[in-house]
Amino acid sequence: MISVRGLRKHYQVHKRPPGLKAALRSLVHRSYTSVKAVDGISFDIKPGERVGFLGPNGAGKTTTLKVLAGLLHPSEGEVHVDGHVPRLREEAFLKKIMLVMGQKQQLLWDLPPAETFELNRAIYDVPRPQYKQTLEELVSLLELEDLITKPTRQLSLGERMKCELAAALIHRPRVLFLDEPTIGLDVSMQVTMRAFIKAYNEKTGATLILTSHYMDDVAALCPRVIVIDKGQLSYDGTLDALVQRVRPEKRVVLRLARPVDAALLESLGRVVSHEPGSAVLQVQQDAVNATVGRALSTLPVTDLTVENAPLEEVMSELFQEGKARRAEAAREAVPA
Amino acid sequence: MSLRTSLKALPTMLRIGFSEAVAYRAEMIIWVLATTMPLIMLALWSAVARTGAVGRFGQAEFVGYFLAAFCVRQLTSSWVAWLLSYEVKQGTLAMRLLRPISPLLAYATEVLAGIPLRLLVVAPVVAISLWVVGAGAVPASLGGWGLFGLSLVGAWLVTFYLNVLLGTLSLYLESSQKLMDIYMVLYFVCSGYMFPVEFFPPGVRMVIDVLPFRYQMGLPVELMTGAHATGPALVLLAKQWGWVVGLGVVATLVWRRGLARFAAFGG
Repeated sequence: MISVRGLRKHYQVHKRPPGLKAALRSLVHRSYTSVKAVDGISFDIKPGERVGFLGPNGAGKTTTLKVLAGLLHPSEGEVHVDGHVPRLREEAFLKKIMLVMGQKQQLLWDLPPAETFELNRAIYDVPRPQYKQTLEELVSLLELEDLITKPTRQLSLGERMKCELAAALIHRPRVLFLDEPTIGLDVSMQVTMRAFIKAYNEKTGATLILTSHYMDDVAALCPRVIVIDKGQLSYDGTLDALVQRVRPEKRVVLRLARPVDAALLESLGRVVSHEPGSAVLQVQQDAVNATVGRALSTLPVTDLTVENAPLEEVMSELFQEGKARRAEAAREAVPA
Repeated sequence: MSLRTSLKALPTMLRIGFSEAVAYRAEMIIWVLATTMPLIMLALWSAVARTGAVGRFGQAEFVGYFLAAFCVRQLTSSWVAWLLSYEVKQGTLAMRLLRPISPLLAYATEVLAGIPLRLLVVAPVVAISLWVVGAGAVPASLGGWGLFGLSLVGAWLVTFYLNVLLGTLSLYLESSQKLMDIYMVLYFVCSGYMFPVEFFPPGVRMVIDVLPFRYQMGLPVELMTGAHATGPALVLLAKQWGWVVGLGVVATLVWRRGLARFAAFGG
């Protein structure tokens, strides 16, 4: 469905130090630097897959999404989406895809969302019966009954985002790019959005690519993740395998009937946190069974769970590794 | 985008564009008030004409000319340069580019959709002009109306394409705001908006005649007030439509090339 080979996107950025002198100098001489937003990444995505793009700010995730959606022209490399070259922006291609950006909106600000839906029906040339059916489904699943006739400007962020998603799906895109779709939403709204997006993928078989800083979005939606760091692909595989690679240790979360001595906990594993009624231990994967057994026999345990390290920590560690690797490479590149 | 898709979508786009124009009615009234320059110029030139005619213009002719200028401005104005420039800088042009319809067509329908509301202002002005000037305020024959209509469409297109060109320059330059300011000054002075272009000395007039500005304002005003016989009117219309075709081709090429430079900032 999606094939990316050696994708590069470089920008020329005008650099200028602060101050009047620099401002005046920039009138006659400007210096530009080339920023490598995406620097030679390759991957394939099969039809119906749900893939998460992960990476720190400025990693190149959104740039990649925008290239895939045909908004940006690649500096180098080949990109195909369902047989189309995105940068050509052919009508057939644009009718198959949609990019939802949490920080940009397509809803008409002063008109009710129903008007944007109708506009999209006309622009995407959706047959009336199909439009009616799709709209009924979207309104029901996203609970939009009371929202679609209010002016968009009077909707809350969460309400607006639900309508934004509905507007994006009126033409039933086969490839859905989601760039931070839950940004700024409260927890309950995030859960609603995730459930809806997953249901859409399962029902229609649409391919879904997501970027999000909320790891819960990625964990709930994406069996596969692609990690991009400084424009380069640093991991492509399942989320579980990524966690295993970066943080193979498990966390044993204990609820305790009464406070226990710290020394007792330390004898079982590395203590991540310790409070009067609870404790979290980090242990090697192969020591989990033994640790659990000892904890149950030596501590006043009322509840016990074994978990992976939080995804946020895993990602943070992965990005730190990347940073350290780059610093090392830079040091080696400097002649002695 | 295919013509078929565009034509099918057009009625809905126009209807929704009109709904937006109605939603922004306060803004529309402010815009109308901001385009009252011809009324100010009318007062000024009427005072001048009180002491004697200026060329072929007596007080009545000035009334006819500037009220026609007011109407033409209402019907041909465009804000696409500013909108496009803003959307390029904010990155919101991305939302238009995702749709399977040309953003230029979308801009055009948004501007066109505002015209019915402007007609509410234009109609009484034409009525006043007829009352003050008499039949000379409007074309005298059906053919005259036809030429005027053609010049009005041409003026709208020249203005629209110039706006697209200026707005698209935002994709090449860090800011095209100053160019827009220069354009507005040239438009005000050279188009016949502040005074009829025939007031320019002959040497300057030759330059004015080859620039596009006269064809945005002066020509339709002149044809509305019957300033030209059919022959010269057709020559002027040919020049105007030459600009329409030329600017259409250039604006479209610059737009297409510019899209490769779109950086889709933000988000």
